[in-house]
Amino acid sequence: MTINFDLATIWAFIIAFAVFAYVVMDGFDLGIGILFPAFGVGEERDTAMNAIAPVWDGNETWLVLGGGGLMAAFPLAYAIVLPALYPPIIAMLLALIFRGVAFEFRWRDPKHRAFWDLAFTGGSFMAAFTQGIALGALLQGIAVSGRAYGGGWLDWLTPFTILTGISTVIAYALLGATWLIWKTEGAPQDHAWRLARIIGPATLAAIVAVSLATPFLDATYFQRWFAMPWVLLSAQVPLLVSLASFLFWRALKLRHERAPFLIALFIFLLCFAGLGISMFPYVVPDQITIWDAAAPERSQVFMLIGAGIMVPIILIYTGFSYWVFRGKVGHDGYH
Amino acid sequence: MFDNADALLLARIQFAFTVSFHFIFPSFSIGLASYLAVLEGLWLKTGKPLYLDLFKYWLKIFAIAFAMGVVSGIVMSYQFGTNWSVFSDKAGPVIGPLMAYEVLTAFFLEAGFLGVMLFGMKKVGPRLHYTATLMVAIGTFISAFWILSVNSWMQTPTGYEINAAGQFVPGPSWWAIVFNPSFPYRLVHTVIAAYLTTALVVGAVGAWHLLKDRKNLHARKMFSMAMWMAALVAPVQIFVGDMHGLNTLEHQPAKVMAMEGHYDSHPDGAPLILFGIPNSAEKRVDYAIQIPKASSLILKHDPDAPLAGLDTIPADRQPPVGVVFWSFRIMVGLGMLMLGLGLFSLFARVRHRLYDWPLLHRFALVMGPAGFVAVIAGWVTTEVGRQPFTIYGLLRTADSASPLAAPAVGASLVAFVLVYFAVFGFGTWYILKLMGKSPHSGEEDISDAPIRTAGITPAQAVEGGR
Ligand code: HDD
Ligand code: HEM
Ligand code: HEM
Repeated sequence: MTINFDLATIWAFIIAFAVFAYVVMDGFDLGIGILFPAFGVGEERDTAMNAIAPVWDGNETWLVLGGGGLMAAFPLAYAIVLPALYPPIIAMLLALIFRGVAFEFRWRDPKHRAFWDLAFTGGSFMAAFTQGIALGALLQGIAVSGRAYGGGWLDWLTPFTILTGISTVIAYALLGATWLIWKTEGAPQDHAWRLARIIGPATLAAIVAVSLATPFLDATYFQRWFAMPWVLLSAQVPLLVSLASFLFWRALKLRHERAPFLIALFIFLLCFAGLGISMFPYVVPDQITIWDAAAPERSQVFMLIGAGIMVPIILIYTGFSYWVFRGKVGHDGYH
Repeated sequence: MFDNADALLLARIQFAFTVSFHFIFPSFSIGLASYLAVLEGLWLKTGKPLYLDLFKYWLKIFAIAFAMGVVSGIVMSYQFGTNWSVFSDKAGPVIGPLMAYEVLTAFFLEAGFLGVMLFGMKKVGPRLHYTATLMVAIGTFISAFWILSVNSWMQTPTGYEINAAGQFVPGPSWWAIVFNPSFPYRLVHTVIAAYLTTALVVGAVGAWHLLKDRKNLHARKMFSMAMWMAALVAPVQIFVGDMHGLNTLEHQPAKVMAMEGHYDSHPDGAPLILFGIPNSAEKRVDYAIQIPKASSLILKHDPDAPLAGLDTIPADRQPPVGVVFWSFRIMVGLGMLMLGLGLFSLFARVRHRLYDWPLLHRFALVMGPAGFVAVIAGWVTTEVGRQPFTIYGLLRTADSASPLAAPAVGASLVAFVLVYFAVFGFGTWYILKLMGKSPHSGEEDISDAPIRTAGITPAQAVEGGR
């Protein structure tokens, strides 16, 4: 199969980029939320929160771009996928409300700080879990009738989606722990080191479990992962994951402060590539391709102009904002 | 237990509930972001600490309102897909790109600079910080621009074609889509509404503290600024609203008939119904208090001009009259009261009694929430008045909804209601608590703890501790 670089393909890549940016950037925010209870009340928690307070909103905006971009570039896919995933999406939105307001509310209300900390953790956990479920549900396939979703409102709930949900929680926690290793020092950092040693292997186990389950969901996936000539390409993914895991472990041992986070990002990228290998060029597996779902050329061109100009600018000022808040956070932090 | 009609009704209630809640926050944060930019600009220009104090006072409030605006807004962008999937499939090629532009040009700008605006003053210095404040303020305006273009296109669709799959697709010119006929009016009217809403809130907080201590310089300054805003902008808003109404008469006459309560056509001059009870069963307005021929005078600038009524519109294309009639009167009535407040403040200013006229302060205090009520009433007029269509005249609301089971929509509606009231209730309470503290010299930073990040310069790290 050749990848034909038409508009629809370009847009598929742009949206994949937005989703990936979201997953890794909000991934470490949510991961810190998931790990929050592991940190001591007071200084440790304040520091952990401050490591993300100035950037979480920007990180979450990639989610809006992913959803909004899907509606604009592939309206049919948006119209089929979202109703199919109705309960997990609604749960995710509600979860994001709790964790989003917790950033402000916990400082405004010391008396209920324990409650908002719980909301922060619960919201982060639930958002990660439902995002994983959504991913799994998409992979396992969605019933389509005509131009609409054709299944029931609980079709998404299977053992496989629970597995992908839990795996996502673990993987986000890894990003969170490694981000804290980079951004903090002293007690919270020690704590993050210890957590990373547990979560690292857990993430690997989760990746293996999901990778083993996926090819058996669907004949196409199986072919791509185990049949010639696809296997020549797809086999690189597990090989690189093994290599990256080894490097990760070494970085932890040698106490490199940045490498663990960067290697974790690389592992995410590999998993994402694996997902692409399974799915492309379908948006809804075996039913709707990116060309079926594509908005007309006029819509895609108009947006491409905007994205071509704006995405580089966005990356520049996002970079600026990370640069402003570079260095280690103290527990009184930026807050 | 449920059928499709229930699922549709539940989806409508859910959308109305979530979007109304969402809009409460932008209508405050659009105005407040600009107010903060003005305060910081004045501080940089004059060097007076008073302005910096006021800036810090309102920044804390802004942070909370903005966070609530963000989280409720993310819900909105997914609601199109979850609850209105058929609409999304059909209209996505036209409105999707506009919303994508909103994300690219506005949301990232706001979010990217918000961190610096809230936490970065000591790290980037005043000038760069001011740039960040300006970017956030500009971002809120750009956001209003795009989303109101989307909404206006749904009200007055132009520049589209319909393809074989039944989708609305863009015609040759995006200009015709973005600048559709109702957009300029809606944009101006809504942005002014946000400024007025903010001015009334700031005025009420100033008034509250003046009632407690009329010597408080900070309270005086904010009260004075807010009253200028009200006095200057309320009349403009009424003028713009009138133009908006004339434009609506041209493009959505049925909506204006519902607003006016005109069930019948009036061949020789229609009356202006001030109050009354619309009775849709009998197709008349009971107990009407009306001014003969005044409606024709306002809408046609001629007392004897004929004006068509709902009797000229087929029943299955009519909006519900009662809601539109009342919400319109609430908005206009509040607009008149805002004008009254502005005039009262001008009078007090001339008499040099702006800061020691408790009646004025009490009036400003009760008007504090009026902007929010007027804004929601305005949206209800607009949205209910375009029923039974989502894309006016072309796509019916009943044909827009997702193929969802009613229990799913019902359960999520209940969850939204519970979560919104709890979470945003707390947020509102925190805002009110902050407003209850009197503004003073040496206003604290956004949190009680100072800013400190090790690794910039040792001096800052040391100075940061407290
Ligand atoms: C006139 C202005 C206006 C209107 C009519 C709306 N919004 Fe809004 N919205 C804003 C003005 C705004 C804002 C002022 O720009 C906000 C408030 C807080 C913020 O972060 O930006 C915002 C936030 C906001 C966000 C979060 C952005 C972020 O992550 O920073 C989303 C996804 C939406 N909105 C989406 C919507 C949708 C789908 C709407 C219609 C149904 C809508 N908004 C109506
Ligand atoms: C692109 C944007 C929008 C879409 C697709 C949209 C669509 C809809 C739909 C489908 C309904 C349900 C109509 C009904 O059943 O009555 C509705 C109602 C409503 N919308 Fe919008 N709307 C949009 C923008 C807005 C905005 C920006 C606001 C501002 C706050 C708003 C305020 C309302 C209100 C108050 C209602 C309640 C009216 C009702 O229940 O009938 N809408 N809208
Ligand atoms: C007193 C005179 C006013 C008049 C004559 C007036 C007129 C109108 C009209 C005719 C509409 C509906 C337009 C349509 O749907 O096509 C509208 C909508 C609206 N009004 Fe007003 N208005 C007035 C005051 C206000 C005030 C004081 C506020 C808020 C502070 C406000 C906020 C809104 C909002 C948010 C909308 C919905 C968005 C829009 O369609 O612009 N209005 N107004």
